[in-house]
Amino acid sequence: MSDQATDKPVATTAYIRPLVAMDQVSKVFSNGTLALQNMSLTVRSGEFLSLLGPSGCGKSTALRIIAGLGGVSSGSIDWPSSRINSKGLPEGDISFVFQEPTLMPWQTVFGNVYLPLRLRGVSRKAAEVPIMEALTAVGLGDFAKAYPRELSGGMKMRVSIARAMVTKPRLLLMDEPFAALDEITRQKLNDDVLDLWRRTGITVIFVTHSVFESAYLSNRIVVMKARPGRVHADFPLVTASERDALYRSSEDYRQACEKVSAMLLEAIGDTPEGH
Amino acid sequence: MTDTVPGQSTAVSERRKEIALRIAVPLAMVAVLVLIWHFGVMLSGVPPYILPSPGAVIGALIGDWSLLFPALLVTTKITLMSLALALIGGVGFAIFLVQSRWIEIAFYPIAVILQVTPIVAISPLILIYAPTTQVALLICAFLVAFFPILSNMVQGLKSVDHNLLNLFDLYGASRWQTLIYLKIPAAQPYFMTGLRIGGGLALIAAVVAEFAAGSAGASSGLAFRLLESQFRMNIPRLFAALLMLSALGVAIFAATSFISWLALHRWHESNLKREN
Repeated sequence: MSDQATDKPVATTAYIRPLVAMDQVSKVFSNGTLALQNMSLTVRSGEFLSLLGPSGCGKSTALRIIAGLGGVSSGSIDWPSSRINSKGLPEGDISFVFQEPTLMPWQTVFGNVYLPLRLRGVSRKAAEVPIMEALTAVGLGDFAKAYPRELSGGMKMRVSIARAMVTKPRLLLMDEPFAALDEITRQKLNDDVLDLWRRTGITVIFVTHSVFESAYLSNRIVVMKARPGRVHADFPLVTASERDALYRSSEDYRQACEKVSAMLLEAIGDTPEGH
Repeated sequence: MTDTVPGQSTAVSERRKEIALRIAVPLAMVAVLVLIWHFGVMLSGVPPYILPSPGAVIGALIGDWSLLFPALLVTTKITLMSLALALIGGVGFAIFLVQSRWIEIAFYPIAVILQVTPIVAISPLILIYAPTTQVALLICAFLVAFFPILSNMVQGLKSVDHNLLNLFDLYGASRWQTLIYLKIPAAQPYFMTGLRIGGGLALIAAVVAEFAAGSAGASSGLAFRLLESQFRMNIPRLFAALLMLSALGVAIFAATSFISWLALHRWHESNLKREN
């Protein structure tokens, strides 16, 4: 990459400070599978980082470990710039968006977005403003009273994103959030997430198996290798063009996809595909 | 992003038609059966002490009201009280059981043993230990209604979406918060199943226990009146008491179904109409 242009000023100014650092992390599942082997990864504030790789490469496992879901077998995770709670997690700094919307069907959209605040003891009244802000930000301001079953797949995902954003976290972890959606909805949500990232300056770690999605969204890509899961390549993805609908048909995007694709092929290359 | 429902008014009239169908058809069916009964008795000349006509049953219901109605109240009271105790006990014990694997392994078999032992077989024992017959009946009915509520509730508390549990973990939810905001609401459909089964069983147990206990005097329930009518060959009154028991059963079923509908109709699949 020869040109030094970046997507947004926020990406350059806040780039330096590490937010989370995985150091030589390994994870062995209870069935003996080595899911991650000596993975080290430093994520800096303001980055949009995609974890890309074939299935079974441990990218979701890495994300869950960062979230504190299931501990590490060896190695450590540091949060250099956060206050750590008793569970070793930065208090209120992380949010997670699962592959499924993971909504409570008995709660309205409002009730679902209220959950993280409710668990912190915020009253319903005090939570109303942040909840409506978060819902408006994902375009669901009019759906506060709806139940999840009344929403489409894309709308449920938006609720899930609103719930993740309502606490104003510093780090948003997304585990293949749009894999189950149709292409048009997926592109729309990609644009919305990018928009959210630009407006809030939040750090995003985005797990995906799609070359196109990662090339469109991220300014840094970490390609992982399977069996055992480890980092294969780690590179910035800087483009001169603004990432919007036009970018999808630009030469810049084509080149980015090509580069990411080549790295992914390399990572898959010497491991047998499938099981 | 949304589309309004087209033809909402036709949907409403469709709904009305559905409701009318749901009520009118079964009522007409019952009326036809009563008519067949009536003319069957009239034409065959069966004596009333074998099979009374519907008219004679209604007559007994009105004539013996002062005898039957207090008995109905007694049976209703025992049924509802035992159901209430079974609800409190079943839900409370279920929450206790799912707290740890050890607790569940230790206590669940005891609950199963209590359940599989035929209630009629323990009732003599309960009669000996209980201070009054009423308390004995209450204990019997409680034991029968308790188990379906317990087992459904345990199932419900354990069937929570794992991703939602992860989400609660992620947000640092306490055990108590996870129970109140996640596990108990998620168990609602299972609880409602337990409630419907338990409600029906509580009535059956209240009757069977009274058969076994054979209460007498002012605080007799409908089961005692049934037996008494049989001894006296007062078959119309027996039918009238039976009619009251069915009515009570229907009322309990309707009430538990309504409660279940209230709690679930907005979100749970079991209470949603299919759109296609």
